[in-house]
Amino acid sequence: MSSAIPLRLYVNGDRYEIAVEPRRTLADALREDCGLTGTHLGCEHGVCGACTVLVDGQPVRSCLMFAVQAEDTSVRTVEGLAPDEERLHPVQQAFWENHGLQCGFCTPGFLVLIAGYLEEHPDAEEAELREVLSSNLCRCTGYQNILTSTMCAARAMRGEP
Amino acid sequence: MKPSPFEYVRPRDLAEALAAIAQDPDDSKILAGGQSLIPMMNFRLARPARLVDVNRVPGLAGLAADGDRVRVGTLTRHHAMERTPLPGPLGDLLRRAAAHVGHLPIRTRGTFGGSIAHCDAASEWCLVARLLDAEMTVRSQARGTRVIPAADFFQAVFTTAMAPDEILTSIALPALDEHYRTGIAEFARRAGDFAIVAATAAVRVEDGLVTEARICLGGVAEVPLRSAAAERVLLGARWSPELVTAAAEAAAADCDPPGDAHGDPAYRRDLVRALIPRALGLDVRR
Repeated sequence: MSSAIPLRLYVNGDRYEIAVEPRRTLADALREDCGLTGTHLGCEHGVCGACTVLVDGQPVRSCLMFAVQAEDTSVRTVEGLAPDEERLHPVQQAFWENHGLQCGFCTPGFLVLIAGYLEEHPDAEEAELREVLSSNLCRCTGYQNILTSTMCAARAMRGEP
Repeated sequence: MKPSPFEYVRPRDLAEALAAIAQDPDDSKILAGGQSLIPMMNFRLARPARLVDVNRVPGLAGLAADGDRVRVGTLTRHHAMERTPLPGPLGDLLRRAAAHVGHLPIRTRGTFGGSIAHCDAASEWCLVARLLDAEMTVRSQARGTRVIPAADFFQAVFTTAMAPDEILTSIALPALDEHYRTGIAEFARRAGDFAIVAATAAVRVEDGLVTEARICLGGVAEVPLRSAAAERVLLGARWSPELVTAAAEAAAADCDPPGDAHGDPAYRRDLVRALIPRALGLDVRR
């Protein structure tokens, strides 16, 4: 009853033909079956946000979704943020410039969360962004540099200096 | 931290979903947003043998006017409620309540009906449903459709009046006219946590007099609790901030909250006293 079933996933524009048990979370399928280990797993019960990915453009906890549920959707992970090998996504660039990370464990979740939100809400203001950032946990930075990075990325994405 | 094995069924319509759950109701679970169920499965607190994923069943999401009521489809995501253009005091209440549910990546998946069927005493949607005497429409293959009023629906922690073979399909809320004042206020240690105490209110004031009063509290009982004491103080009285303070005092005196690591009974009563005025837009300092 729980044997692997074939599944086609579209991740960062690439097609992955994998076979998973229904109980495989999307996070585990991305890491173990697609080899995309940029998505991190912290708590595995929806609290920490390290595993945040975009499904059809919306941020979700990939530990709280089964891989089979992502069939026919478009998934985007931290590996799919940068436009090419040379350039970083504006959110990644801003984290780089503003010391938005320390150990880096929570970083993929923050990057995906913020990139997804700013791409949909380029005019988001600080209070709104603080609320969004409260979704994820970081145990190193104290969040201030993450907020600074986010504000910086928002300006860059609006084309402001 | 990994779920036990289960059989996964993804019905294409409601009839298929009802048939799937009817085969083995006691060991099946409906998978809607999964934001409560999947954590419980990851912890193996829940081990359903079969998951019936209703996420692709058409016709279960969205808000629709239905006479003097608004019908909310069970699969309506919290995030959609947060952005509903529904006008008036009901729209205001739904948008504000939605903003209190978890965090953005939870709200994009979690559903209105899933929250109500899960029946957590601190859930914003259970509070709103009880506040407004919502009517829950449930269906099963064996017995067809029945409608359960909120007063009967919420029975105990994680326990509703639904039978294991039933699916909650929609929730009817009264369309509130412009004389209502609605709101929600809650207290939690961290943004996005379940509230220690939450208060919701819908009070109708016409020509300065309270013509209808609804106050519903979370975190003070096993299920959302309508405060009859507060409602009695308000009903028929002249609207004023002092009246709301008196109603909050009555609610605090009348309730019998539990004590746990998050707050003892006296602390919760203090929160009741503080949060009812806040829910009605009055930030009363004591």
